[in-house]
Amino acid sequence: MDDLKDKAWRNDAAAKVTGRARYTDDLKLPGMLHAVPVYSEFVHARLIEVDSAAAAKSPGVVRIITARDVPGVNRCGQILKDLHVLADDKIRYNGDVAAVVVAETRAQAVAAARRVRVLAAPWPEVLDPEQALLPGAPLVHEEHGSNLIHRHVIRRGDIDRGFAESAHIIEQEFRTPFVEHAYLEPEAALCRVRGDGIVEVRGSMQHPYSTRRFVSEFLGLPLARVEVVGTPMGGGFGGKDDTAALVCARTALAALLTGRPVKMTYDREWSMRESYKRHPYLMRYRMGVGADGLIKAVYVRMVADGGAYCSVSPWVTWRSTVQCCGPYVVPNVDGEVSSVYTNNVFTGAMRGFGSPQVNFAIEQLVEMAAEKAGLSGVEFRRRNMVRQGSTTITGQVLEGHVVSLSQVFDRVLAESGYEEKLKRASRGRGEDDYYGIGLALSYRGVSLGAEGTDFCAAVVSVQYDGSVLLETGVHENGQGAESAMILILAEELGVERGRIVYRRSSTSSVPDSATTVASRGTIMGGGAVSRAAAAVRLQMAGAIAAELGCAPEEVRFAGGRLTAPNGKSVDFTEAARRLYRDQKYPYALGVFPAPHVTWDEHTGQGKAYFTWVYGCQAVELTVGRRTGRIKLLNAWAAHDVGRAVNSAALLGQFYGGMAMGAGYGLFEELAMKDGHLTSLNYDTYRIPRATDMPEMTAIILENRDPLSPSGAKSIGEPANELMAPAIANAYFHATGQRRFELPVGRVR
Amino acid sequence: MKPAAPPALVVNGRGMRVSAADKRKNLLTFLREDLDLTGAKRGCGIGQCGACTVLADNRPLRSCHALVADVLGRSLTTIEGLAAPDGSLHPLQQAFIDHGAIQCGFCTPGMVLTAHAFLLKHPAPTREEARKAIGSNLCRCTGYQQIIDAILAAAPHYKK
Ligand code: FES
Ligand code: FES
Repeated sequence: MDDLKDKAWRNDAAAKVTGRARYTDDLKLPGMLHAVPVYSEFVHARLIEVDSAAAAKSPGVVRIITARDVPGVNRCGQILKDLHVLADDKIRYNGDVAAVVVAETRAQAVAAARRVRVLAAPWPEVLDPEQALLPGAPLVHEEHGSNLIHRHVIRRGDIDRGFAESAHIIEQEFRTPFVEHAYLEPEAALCRVRGDGIVEVRGSMQHPYSTRRFVSEFLGLPLARVEVVGTPMGGGFGGKDDTAALVCARTALAALLTGRPVKMTYDREWSMRESYKRHPYLMRYRMGVGADGLIKAVYVRMVADGGAYCSVSPWVTWRSTVQCCGPYVVPNVDGEVSSVYTNNVFTGAMRGFGSPQVNFAIEQLVEMAAEKAGLSGVEFRRRNMVRQGSTTITGQVLEGHVVSLSQVFDRVLAESGYEEKLKRASRGRGEDDYYGIGLALSYRGVSLGAEGTDFCAAVVSVQYDGSVLLETGVHENGQGAESAMILILAEELGVERGRIVYRRSSTSSVPDSATTVASRGTIMGGGAVSRAAAAVRLQMAGAIAAELGCAPEEVRFAGGRLTAPNGKSVDFTEAARRLYRDQKYPYALGVFPAPHVTWDEHTGQGKAYFTWVYGCQAVELTVGRRTGRIKLLNAWAAHDVGRAVNSAALLGQFYGGMAMGAGYGLFEELAMKDGHLTSLNYDTYRIPRATDMPEMTAIILENRDPLSPSGAKSIGEPANELMAPAIANAYFHATGQRRFELPVGRVR
Repeated sequence: MKPAAPPALVVNGRGMRVSAADKRKNLLTFLREDLDLTGAKRGCGIGQCGACTVLADNRPLRSCHALVADVLGRSLTTIEGLAAPDGSLHPLQQAFIDHGAIQCGFCTPGMVLTAHAFLLKHPAPTREEARKAIGSNLCRCTGYQQIIDAILAAAPHYKK
């Protein structure tokens, strides 16, 4: 039990289970005002005027803010600065915010917001990304010149020769829908201008540093004058980046203009209307397979609906490009992935980041190819999968880490009894409900890869009584990142974790550590912690090595003591005290830059990611013969995590990822009508409930990665990218019918 | 002297009177804004997610969907009232921690209270029954499995 407790330990659990944890909307400040956003009825329109005269006279209204009030730059964005914080020239989607109403109470603000009139001239809209690329289509951003946000290409080998060598050709089109992150906590922000003139921002956001950038540019203040303070948040899944930062920026402006603290808490309806989604994809694949059952060629064209703003579309679609052929060796590839502006709700980062879409396609495609080639799906995958030393479709040789794809595959096959169960699959025959089992494989580049600046910082400060303060640039999104950092540091310093206090960092105390997305928290943050700890160890060892009669590098940190090879030792606290006595600080900043990666934008070739993770998931289900209702019976997942730092948190990532993947596979999709979202709350957007989920089996593989200082890799996203294709394959084995569109369980 | 009127409302064992204006308030807003009991969360506001769950006479209630007037004369328990007065955790709370059932924590207060009400009535549930019991509460983080583990682990504490 002690062991279990230890494995499940989290620094924030007690506060969360007692209601003591204060999320943004739980906080109040004296004299606090309330702000709410104002939307318009339009989808695409030229803005004429925001008429707030009537609203301004509403009871309790203190101020109504529009684009005219912006002291800094009203345009922001992580890649293209095309996102207006408050609508200025045009409305580009139905979630654009035209004004912010600030009032004494929230109810007063909501009442007044209804009286703001947004006057605009409707403009022809474009809602289909393929049509958006046709000549003459209405432009969402005229100054951009076209609706193409970005196009990635990948060219490898000789595509014509590849198809010429093929005995079988499989062609198929796949589609995926808009999907909502559906974090339980809607966006919220609480801002004030402190006595020292610093604009202090708290909010439900997963990217304090980009929030700080957005706020400082929007207010026209230097970065150092804006402090974003970490606050517990109710889930992000990649979704609390741009939109959440905009909510913070508008709230900060309200605080600046009124001179009072301001809170803005979103209703679920506003959150769903305005926040960005997972990209819908249209994917057209052609695959050629030789008589030997080897994949010879893949030709693919993808169009991703970016919606009204760029956000991180080029990065999301880049991952789709690199992983467009799944974890298979393909010598000849011709691929293009385009992200496109439309007047739909915009799309951006969501757990998986461009892989859930392509995995849905490719993992069905390989089974279709196997069937044509007269092989089982298992055998076909074995022949084509990447192995140690394989070259990926971008020309990267997989080396320097254990390529464990066949390991995760074998474990899932064994634990699920896949091949035996597959023999019992209904394939659309029989009297009872249809039964089937299916699986999917993936590999995944770790962290941001060749398209992002990828580094992270951590500060370790040992106090003279032997207690330790830790700060990192990794943001706690609910995944247990802080606890993982504490556990890594405890191990590195050889002390019990109770000595370590994680100081919830602000952007003013730790250098810009980019974003906590791409499942990079543990590998990057853990890397920074390891480096800071190594520096502190050297400082402490240096102060006592002479006395112990050894070199500083020889001192071992374990059991709360510093021990020399000869057995002499000093207590950790005593060592800390001595450093202070000698006027030296056991204090270090550790920086972990991601190892080098390369990319050639014109050929789509290069070392895309510094390391990779491998995963396999399977699912067993029934399909109602008459109802078509899909019921999941059991699910398995095997992932190579490098090293398990906190096993309960790790399992939570497995199960949570599988559940979200199951929702994607079974029923999640946002309903839209003429550019208006009609799914605006949990009654019309269904996410998995406990009763939708089966019992899940998590299989943890640990092949320590030498490129990760803590040995750990990533799990949050790998766990989320495989359940939908596994469900699609199981559905086929059950019914004999393929579903080429998500969600598989859509009522047709 | 007249005998004191019974309190209009009991919250976490503490009796209180409520004004006529308070009675018309949304219960969740009243708890969060007036009593500063912010453990109950607003996830949807339409009775779908269960994040706002509190117990009224040990039965789960969606406070986003109730008025203060609806619960007059009843005894409310919010997540703040589950631990012992000395702050030591209820065995169910401890089980949530030990089994990794908490991630972002936004669903946690509602989950714990829903599970508590269920275990009071069914102290020896099967996994399937526990799964059904939390079927009305949404969690986007955990996939529910460790929550069910926690409920089963805490069940023995509910046997008389
Ligand atoms: S907030 Fe009450 S059920 Fe969601
Ligand atoms: S722990 Fe995040 S919603 Fe349940």
